[in-house]
Amino acid sequence: MKKWTRRAFIGAGLLSGGALVIGVAIRPGNRASKVAGLIASGGETVMNIWLKIAPDNTVTAIIPHAEMGQGVHTTLAMMLADEMDADWSKVTFEEAPAEKEYANYSIAKGFVAGNSNFPKFLDQTIEGIFLTAVKSMNFQITGGSASVRFTGQDAMRIAGAAAKSMLLQAAADTWKVPVEELTAQKSTILHAGSGRSATFGELAPAAAKVKTPTHPKLKSREEFTLMGTSQPRFDIPAKVTGQAILGMDVQVPGMKYATIKAAPVFGSKVKSVDTNISAGQPGLIKILNLGDAVAVVAEGYWQAKTALDALPVTFESTANDGLNQDEIIARYRTAMDTDLAEGNLDTHFESGETPKALQEAKTLIEAEYQLPFLAHATMEPMNCTAWVKDGTCEVWCGSQNPLGVKATAAELLGLELDQVIVHNQLLGGGFGRRSETDVIKQAILIAKEVDFPVKLIWSREEDTQHDFYREATISRLKAGLDKSGLPVAYSHQFIFKNHPAEAADIPYSVPNQLIRYSNPSSPIPWGNWRSVAHSTHGFVTESFIDELAHAAKQDPLAYRKSLIKDYPRLQAVLEMAYEKSNWGSPLPANWGRGVAIGQAFGSVVAEVAEVEVGIDGKAKVHRVVCVADPGFAIHPDGFKAQMESGIIYGLAAAMTGEITIENGAVAQGNFHNYPVTRMSEAPKIETYILNSDNAPGGAGEPSTPFIAPAVSNAIFAATGVRIRQLPISKTDLRVSIRATT
Amino acid sequence: MPFAFGKITKETQLSSDYKRESTKPYQGMTKLLINGKEYEVNAENGMPLLWAIREQCGLTGTKFGCGIAQCGACTVHIDGQPVRSCITPAISAEGKNITTIEGIATDPNTLHVVQQAWIAEQTPQCGYCQSGQIMSAVALLNEHPNPTDEQIDAAMSGNICRCGMYGRIRTAIKRASEALQSATL
Repeated sequence: MKKWTRRAFIGAGLLSGGALVIGVAIRPGNRASKVAGLIASGGETVMNIWLKIAPDNTVTAIIPHAEMGQGVHTTLAMMLADEMDADWSKVTFEEAPAEKEYANYSIAKGFVAGNSNFPKFLDQTIEGIFLTAVKSMNFQITGGSASVRFTGQDAMRIAGAAAKSMLLQAAADTWKVPVEELTAQKSTILHAGSGRSATFGELAPAAAKVKTPTHPKLKSREEFTLMGTSQPRFDIPAKVTGQAILGMDVQVPGMKYATIKAAPVFGSKVKSVDTNISAGQPGLIKILNLGDAVAVVAEGYWQAKTALDALPVTFESTANDGLNQDEIIARYRTAMDTDLAEGNLDTHFESGETPKALQEAKTLIEAEYQLPFLAHATMEPMNCTAWVKDGTCEVWCGSQNPLGVKATAAELLGLELDQVIVHNQLLGGGFGRRSETDVIKQAILIAKEVDFPVKLIWSREEDTQHDFYREATISRLKAGLDKSGLPVAYSHQFIFKNHPAEAADIPYSVPNQLIRYSNPSSPIPWGNWRSVAHSTHGFVTESFIDELAHAAKQDPLAYRKSLIKDYPRLQAVLEMAYEKSNWGSPLPANWGRGVAIGQAFGSVVAEVAEVEVGIDGKAKVHRVVCVADPGFAIHPDGFKAQMESGIIYGLAAAMTGEITIENGAVAQGNFHNYPVTRMSEAPKIETYILNSDNAPGGAGEPSTPFIAPAVSNAIFAATGVRIRQLPISKTDLRVSIRATT
Repeated sequence: MPFAFGKITKETQLSSDYKRESTKPYQGMTKLLINGKEYEVNAENGMPLLWAIREQCGLTGTKFGCGIAQCGACTVHIDGQPVRSCITPAISAEGKNITTIEGIATDPNTLHVVQQAWIAEQTPQCGYCQSGQIMSAVALLNEHPNPTDEQIDAAMSGNICRCGMYGRIRTAIKRASEALQSATL
């Protein structure tokens, strides 16, 4: 994990044209990024936040996050505008970095390199603000769902409050009145005593000369006017008219197209390919051997794709050529056995004397769970447009990590960072996949060989077969129950510890716990997949606790409730889930209800699924009740949309999601053999928000881990069959239904 | 082949195009009528309509998602019927009325009722599938102005949304349906 550097700055300055700019920058280590040595030293990414005030009184929030439909541009602008008391109808946004005048890239580079050569207006460092920010951050959760929790909370709000304070001071100085007599309202500063008023735009030039406040006062929740409301998202209108430009839609004059086929077996290289272009292949421009992939450049994607498909390519053999899924799983099992036998397990958490307590327990429950590899399958296949010319490089793409894209391009081409321009676009789904820069590298290698801009487009098959995959895992669990059926001992041995580090924790009071893991080698590239380690542990731990409840002959929801007494936040959420789901009310035959609960990325989520298992053995999820405590939902409708989205994403994985390896390569290629949830399979989702006193939690990921166990637990309730392996489609439920009817 | 009056004009236009095309290096140009405008594209070797629309006509609202008619992101209308443009040869659409997401609002200043419903329900997330979703929904409502849930399932299950906004899409379709019906009353 990267270290945080305890530096931050806040500053203000006047742009050419009379606009005021306020900046707060805080530098986190971005563990989501695999790009090492991103910018100068440290492999870290800079986040910086800006706001501008134009003479026409428009406030522009500069948002340092990519928009992939989570509404981040809108929500972060709301946080800034609320603290500023800006008129929301005059607030707009730009995605950072955008302004050449204050050379964001150079600032980022200098900042990371420890170079003190910042623009003058940024040199007032405020240690206090950064320390506050550091305190409020949980190091274990910086990987995801962080925009509102971190950038919004600790930077956007501060930038807005600082700007307001400076505008108030500027008005006080101009009018020669005490600043306490002034109020800010709808982008205007008012002096009640004299009836004077001036707009932010009018005051901005004077405000830029005011000393930056060291501790701008933030609003309390009661004072919020925008935070906690659901403002229409900025990005939606263009997305219903077809005008929104995503990475795939970029058009650069003179642009040609490319597509690519990478060696199917991970780690293999191209052995032979004929790069000569024969006559009679209209539109074909170039065939390139990139070492581990073959690319074809043509007038259009179709010409490139048909030429590539017809092209004879052979690949070097590797040690993984004969590798199959069963063998990978067998290797994992062997590694687990060996690590256990040889005492090589790492301890995730330990309390009490678990082996002894297990031995002495009245009832011993054991289970093994298995989860598959998963691909991201973003709706928009991977793509990147690049233009290498005259010692510069321009890149157009939708990235979760635009500074990583910039560094990748600079490194590949031996350019300075300021010779690379990255035009980040809207993302057609990210889910972690677009924090990688593999496709960027390919596009640049191709662009290097031609003298025109080139758009590299992956086929869906390439996208499925060259992803960075959620790990396949095995979990071995044991629990000992006492006379009353409550767990006195809990042991969990798993493989692959990823972030967030606390994902394998259980919220239940069990005095003796032993949670251990090992990290066997895997030939499959790993990547961040929505909710990361929670996506596996959520299923395992919430299924197993359900097993314990049934073994104890207790209601699974009541059982959980009795074991989370130490966590009032979880208790409140579970109680609301009980009420909203009509838990315990009768269901039709072959229907079941299942619950799962947990905390992920700072939010607490409980889900109750109602599932019908048909005589054909097919499980159909009819209804999902989702109750979430996000601390405080800044944009309640956006938060609900994220809960809905995370549930459907997790449901696709739970029901049918499975990537398998055959002969060293991914066996699936498209939506026919990597099926995802469709309209007819989508349950009705009801989301209830339960705000608490806690700091804002994440939205994008916390609902994903809990749908698989909620559904599996419901299937158990309906059929008596315990799902211990995902996807659910691997378990034949027909027999169980015949047996029960 | 039925021979209607309208076709005569069309064929006359086409033959003049064939003359012009002879000066070009391509084997043949295809004329497409998209959103009421004519485009001339090179669609040889069975090029799907999708790529002609996106790359040669510059209409990027129609998306590439799977290439094998599994996801619906490329849905357009040909003579009012929803088709997957990623597997429809462009040549087969010659002489027909093609409508894309850019063309469903008949009045440029007013969005289609389905688009309005989509905004009201704050339906899209990443938005990549939404052109296809809206094209399928428009076709559904043309056929069934007051669709049942089963009709929505049948018409919309060919359109994948990885952001999982199916609930909002369903609600938006019902909202659009209500708006259509109150408008016709």
